[in-house]
Amino acid sequence: MNKIPILELQNVDTYYGSIQALYDIDIVIYDGELACLLGGNASGKSTILKTILGVCNIRKGMVKLNGERIDGKPTKYIISKGVAIVPENRRIFPRLSVLENMEMGAYLRTDRTEVKRDIERMLGLFPRLKERLHQPGITLSGGEQQMLAMARALLSNPKILLMDEPSMGLAPILVDQQFDLIHKVNQQGTTVFVVEQNATMALSIADRGYVLQTGSIVLADTAQALLNNEMMQKAYLGGEN
Amino acid sequence: MDVYLQQLPQQLVNGLTIGGVYALIAIGYTMVYGILFMLNFAHGEVYMIGGFAGWWVLNLLSRNNVPIMNAAIVISLMLIIAMAVTGLLGMMIERFAYRPLRKAPRLNLLLSALGVSIFLQNLVLNYQGAEIRFFHVSSLIPESIRVFHIGNVVLSFTRILVILVTFLLMALLTVMVKKTKVGKAMRATAQDTEAATFMGIDVDRIIVLVFLVGSALGGAAGTLVGLLFTQVDYYVGFQAGLKGFTAAVLGGIGNIFGAMMGGIILGLVEALATTFFPSAYKDVVAFVILILVLIFRPWGLMGEKIPEKV
Ligand SMILES: Nc1ncnc2c1ncn2[C@@H]1O[C@H](COP(=O)(O)OP(=O)(O)OP(=O)(O)O)[C@@H](O)[C@H]1O
Ligand SMILES: [Mg+2]
Repeated sequence: MNKIPILELQNVDTYYGSIQALYDIDIVIYDGELACLLGGNASGKSTILKTILGVCNIRKGMVKLNGERIDGKPTKYIISKGVAIVPENRRIFPRLSVLENMEMGAYLRTDRTEVKRDIERMLGLFPRLKERLHQPGITLSGGEQQMLAMARALLSNPKILLMDEPSMGLAPILVDQQFDLIHKVNQQGTTVFVVEQNATMALSIADRGYVLQTGSIVLADTAQALLNNEMMQKAYLGGEN
Repeated sequence: MDVYLQQLPQQLVNGLTIGGVYALIAIGYTMVYGILFMLNFAHGEVYMIGGFAGWWVLNLLSRNNVPIMNAAIVISLMLIIAMAVTGLLGMMIERFAYRPLRKAPRLNLLLSALGVSIFLQNLVLNYQGAEIRFFHVSSLIPESIRVFHIGNVVLSFTRILVILVTFLLMALLTVMVKKTKVGKAMRATAQDTEAATFMGIDVDRIIVLVFLVGSALGGAAGTLVGLLFTQVDYYVGFQAGLKGFTAAVLGGIGNIFGAMMGGIILGLVEALATTFFPSAYKDVVAFVILILVLIFRPWGLMGEKIPEKV
């Protein structure tokens, strides 16, 4: 695979007010790959995704998408350039219907007939959503909400899909399905950057991984190497692999 | 009892008329609250300025209190200009008084709203004086259609007009919010602002739109009440604001359809109360309702106890 960087964070520092959350972050994600970011609670994983999306402003360094600097740009612009997110806790719009939630995913698209077709395609992929098309989002189960969040994100036709802890709150069988799906989406050509605490699961599908500790990247390697890494075994993989 | 029953249809019509007006005002409160979680105390003043704008158009198009044009054109222009003026005013209030405070504590926003309210009231007082301005409606509407009698119900032309316009505006708003892309984005933003940004929705623009629409509906209400009760002065926004706010709370603040229901219910209850109590008590009704709702059902009739933010 010829490695073309699609998303780059270079020496990024991000603050919440006066509190620093990210320290000198360097991340490169290549076109077509499936990369993951591992880290414990409050290590700054979500902050990295919000930094990419321009929701958190950086104080040092730069963020690039396809070579273009996007730090400081409005979120709307960044989304329009092909970034989508499945947020932590899914963040389904509770009183919009399933269909309306999906339409919001395609908010910036103007090709209405294509959007219709893509929604149909998503409903083929997630038949359970089709049965619940006109129900409010809040009435869906956790697993169904995860499907909806995924469908909603994919409906923007992203070049790169960010996922914040997709396994959170899901039963083990659903976690497996979720990761199969992420793998499939990646194989169909979408670059994926998945944030996880479930390191075993994430590394089983990822090409490469980064490990974050209290706002700093402490490890960066191929998934295989990380699986065999001693420190990883102790700290994140529970020695079970 | 017979007397009351005889009066009932008339009171229902009266209640529906004023209820529609309350609903229009309540929508502005509830839409702003739904997204910014603030009570826009300046909204009553926006309504008042809507009343003045309508009065001004009517005067401009009249010679010696007699309109120089067809009533339908005059009334349409009154409403359109009142809505344009107040819509623009609402956008300016948001831009200059609220947006700079978006990240400040909620209390600062509330104080800013009170400041805007006092400012607008005094602005109008300064330019228009404290005297009551009259809408010369009797010369506007031809004698033959001024009043209709149906059974023992007296229906004035303006009453019919107010009912038609309020319900038309509510229907248009419903279609916008339910069916259009921007309306759905509005609801999405109210339900989860950050998730809405993740979809590429420009939240600032949605907020501007909310102020535009909410204020224009409030302005229309001001002109409609001017036509109905034929007067306006710089202080009418206070009472109207309280009624609209009560209606919004009654329906469940943040819920647009709740605001519509709340307004109509408040209007009907007020009208029915005047059949049983001296009409001086009419305005007390709103406060009693407000207090009861706040004590027993603070989330209102249609409001759900689902948290807005996850
Ligand atoms: N809006 C905010 N304001 C202030 N501090 C914040 C904010 N959001 C996050 N933080 C802080 O930044 C740090 C990193 O938070 P972040 O949410 O990025 O962690 P995370 O790795 O995603 O955690 P989790 O696994 O719990 O989702 C934490 O110390 C957190 O308290
Ligand atoms: Mg997180």
